[in-house]
Amino acid sequence: MSALREFFASRAGIISVGAFIGVFAALLQKWGNPGNMGICVACFERDIAGAIGLHRVAVVQYLRPEILGFVLGALLSAFAFKEFRPRAGSAPIVRFVLGMLAMIGALVFLGCPWRVLLRLAGGDGNAIFGLLGLVGGVWIGTLFFKGGYNLGRTQSTYAAVGWLFPLIVLGLLALRLMFPQIPDKEQSGILFYSIKGPGSQHAALAVSLAVGLAVGFVAQRSRFCTMGAWRDLILFRQIHLFSGMLALLVAAFLTNLVLGQFQPGFVGQPVAHTMELWNFAGMVVAGLAFALAGGCPGRQVFMAGEGDGDAAVFVLGMISGAAVSHNFGLASSPQGVGPYGIAAVIISLAVLLFIGFTMRQKTS
Amino acid sequence: MSEIVDARGLSCPQPVLLTLEKLKSLTQGELVVLVDTDTSRENVRRAAASLGWQAREVQAEGAEFRLTLEKT
Repeated sequence: MSALREFFASRAGIISVGAFIGVFAALLQKWGNPGNMGICVACFERDIAGAIGLHRVAVVQYLRPEILGFVLGALLSAFAFKEFRPRAGSAPIVRFVLGMLAMIGALVFLGCPWRVLLRLAGGDGNAIFGLLGLVGGVWIGTLFFKGGYNLGRTQSTYAAVGWLFPLIVLGLLALRLMFPQIPDKEQSGILFYSIKGPGSQHAALAVSLAVGLAVGFVAQRSRFCTMGAWRDLILFRQIHLFSGMLALLVAAFLTNLVLGQFQPGFVGQPVAHTMELWNFAGMVVAGLAFALAGGCPGRQVFMAGEGDGDAAVFVLGMISGAAVSHNFGLASSPQGVGPYGIAAVIISLAVLLFIGFTMRQKTS
Repeated sequence: MSEIVDARGLSCPQPVLLTLEKLKSLTQGELVVLVDTDTSRENVRRAAASLGWQAREVQAEGAEFRLTLEKT
């Protein structure tokens, strides 16, 4: 166990995990998930929000088993390595808002940092602007860190605090099993399903869940994080997490080549629009929000599985943000930004700057 | 008595930031860093190593870790 622990903490470990995610994300597309969306934490949480009726956009409703697998895989890993540690109490309301803003930004671009990589790996040139925005947002975040920005300390706490989110996820999984999809029906029991659009495109339940569990397990161990990759590079000149992120990109690209899924271009890319500025600005918002919250959406999900109640609040913030985005016309579509998407980006940036400037603490 | 950085309860990147800030003010000697997650322990150790500091001792105290960093 200790050799395995060392391996996952090593450079080879993080690269293996990144490559594993890249290969299986591309395969999930082959197995039914939407184009360049083998795994997208933001999009999938948005689909979950739709599945439980928090928004009612017919094309993005599906209780994505990958996300449930992420949480439960991380939980298993945390227990296997005696690392499950219930903790909370570090500015939960701020984390909730950061989650909402991150989702609002991600849905203007149409993807989380993981999907930025998968879109690039699939040849979607629009993702270049998203990537630039992500790096820009994280860079602004590092300036706040240097200025003393800090969400405050967490506290070790009752086991229940660590268990609640995994239990919610188990409950969702139970719902998914009780109310399976009925062909050509929008509703099954209390769950909503898409009969067309990205929400209707998915791999089989067992496949999605298995990949999710495996990714959750290895990513929890290795601390894989697509925001931390850039943050550590910019802040510390450290390439540890970055090498994992790069491995994801390369592995997904090569797998796409083999599967014939690499289609370079800008127009007509799957679940993407071509408005460069807003692809960029949406990801500035998301990147800054992830940086201020201390992890990309994937990492937040894994931490929520290992007992971090604050990360769980961030995830719930993202799911709420998805509902807000779709209910209020903030989210983009392949036609371009939503009617209030541009206003949302500007307001989100203002709120993020407010949080960054006001939550400073000289800890030394 | 070596200096102590208390990074318990802080999440990434704070433990590393605090440790590096302190290490840069020291040319050699010993620094004790307190953290309370495996992630922070690994990150602090990795960052210290990049400046040539080795973790001489890592003690687990309940759910917390006490890292003794050393450069000679």
